[in-house]
Amino acid sequence: MLTLLETNLDWGALAPLIVVFVGACLGVVVEGVLRRSIRDEAQLIIAGLTLVLAFGFTVQLWRGREFGVEAGGSVSVDGPALFTWGALIIFTILALLLASERKLNQGQTDFVPMAASVPGSPLEARATALRLEHTEVYPLVLFATFGMMLFAASNDLITMFVALEIFSLPLYLLCGLARRRRLLSQEAALKYFLLGSLSSAFFLYGAALVYGYTGSFELNRVDAMIGSAGASSLLLAAGMGLVGVGLLFKVGVVPFHSWTPDVYMGSPTPITAFMAIATKMAAVAALMRVFYVGFGSMEWDWQPLFAVLAVLTMLVGSVIALTQSDIKRLFAYSAIAHAGFLLVAVAGAVTPTSSSAFGALTGSVGSIQFYLAAYGLATMGAFALVTMVRKAGGESTSLASWSGIGRRHPVFGALMVLFLLSFAGIPLTGGFIGKLLVFLAAWAGGYGWLVLVAVLMSLVAAFFYLRVIVVMFFREPNEHSEGVTVEKPSWMTWTVIVVAAVGTLVLGLWSGPLAELAIRASAFLGS
Amino acid sequence: MNPNYYLVLSVILFTIGVLGFLLRRNAIVAFMSIELMLNATNLAMVNFSHVHGNLDGQVGTLMVMVVAAAEVVVGLAIIVTIFRTRRSASVDDANLLKY
Repeated sequence: MLTLLETNLDWGALAPLIVVFVGACLGVVVEGVLRRSIRDEAQLIIAGLTLVLAFGFTVQLWRGREFGVEAGGSVSVDGPALFTWGALIIFTILALLLASERKLNQGQTDFVPMAASVPGSPLEARATALRLEHTEVYPLVLFATFGMMLFAASNDLITMFVALEIFSLPLYLLCGLARRRRLLSQEAALKYFLLGSLSSAFFLYGAALVYGYTGSFELNRVDAMIGSAGASSLLLAAGMGLVGVGLLFKVGVVPFHSWTPDVYMGSPTPITAFMAIATKMAAVAALMRVFYVGFGSMEWDWQPLFAVLAVLTMLVGSVIALTQSDIKRLFAYSAIAHAGFLLVAVAGAVTPTSSSAFGALTGSVGSIQFYLAAYGLATMGAFALVTMVRKAGGESTSLASWSGIGRRHPVFGALMVLFLLSFAGIPLTGGFIGKLLVFLAAWAGGYGWLVLVAVLMSLVAAFFYLRVIVVMFFREPNEHSEGVTVEKPSWMTWTVIVVAAVGTLVLGLWSGPLAELAIRASAFLGS
Repeated sequence: MNPNYYLVLSVILFTIGVLGFLLRRNAIVAFMSIELMLNATNLAMVNFSHVHGNLDGQVGTLMVMVVAAAEVVVGLAIIVTIFRTRRSASVDDANLLKY
């Protein structure tokens, strides 16, 4: 205990975390101090500056290679942490740009004017007429980003639990803030909240059992204790299982996936985009940290389990996506399938080598980081395009209403095809390189059969992405698609789309630099 | 006292929490069950802290209590909002999102 009191915080190494947290707190202060008319601009500027500053600090830490376990052993600033931080900050900026889009919706954002008003009540009508807005969205997103950054870097299980809650609680609230279809949105928030808290309780109980077995929450000490005391204990197995359940829930792996479609569908689309990539990124980073660092010596126990879960996840995600009639729900099942592909590489669990049959390999961590970057760009772009399809002011997300939309709006159609092809893993897009690296990692890890299954599942997945393309280009407009238009957005949504499209192409054609960065940033401290 | 008794008690409390969450239909009761699970964890952590003779577990307990309080704020806000909309806090009535 004395060591904790004597610990000096290394402010420099924690600067990105601190900056985002302070920025979020400033946002809360702004809510109480500034006039309503200028609050929105102020919040946007504060959030933007905060994120840019945090990104600067992250890059500086990476260039100085200032790795170390900070804050009394609870935060590990290492390659994967810094890579995840950088990517999370970029995706948060893109998501906030989507969230502040007003041109698509008659000068109003996609968020409810007054969350406390009952849908359809006079109070809600008055709030809409007064053009009220919840500018709290910005600090909430920043708090969530802070939690995710801490989650990806936390080196002990209690810090990880606290971080898990820090990013989950704002997300529960954000889910319930959609302007239209508020019943669905509130229901999504309720479901996400109840299932999310259940999974964090499982995670916590697992952490307690691991602590009971090893006498420490710190991942490297857990690993050392397992190494010396042996791993054949019911207590430890139960602890590892429960911690795994909590993490796999956040990644969205079958059988802990049931929240994903409902929450993706009910949430405001900018928040869906944010959740789809940022939560997945942070959760996969934490999953790898816990299992590679903390339970590294039990590799033989969890690798086959992850392989089985990967098969299940890919199967359920790809097959159920075939039958979906709503585009947001379809993307949710596609996200589940992608969680399966990621788990393929997690099960492989190889470190970078240069002496394999494939030449220089990226290893599991590096390939997953690249995959997430490519997947994140395509996700951001696809959801940005979804916000543009409108019918009578609201988003039109049913697949039937998209009939022939690509022919009427060729630019929109071409961009959507690009993102869908990247999801499907077709060459010349970032998604292809990502899938290739992930499969190579699993192959090198001795999971050849899993790679074969994964390739087959990619074909099934490609089929439902193709279905969307067919509907957009080769289906005649019908009664569902009457009045559906692609609205012209402001520069904000355009920026997101251009960044996502250029990024997807660059990662597909010129993937060397990012892949190299992902390899160099793939060593966990203490593993 | 044999510390195993406390561990068994905490497992029983945790199981009651899980069963309560799965079986009860009222969102508030389901939420209370989750709080019960968190408190079962606290008991386990304090117990293990005693067994190992270090304070990590007790520090963890304090963290969990703070987090649980924050979770109550957010959770009740969501449940109250949905109750005012539907005049019902049953999780079975929240069934618009499917397929």
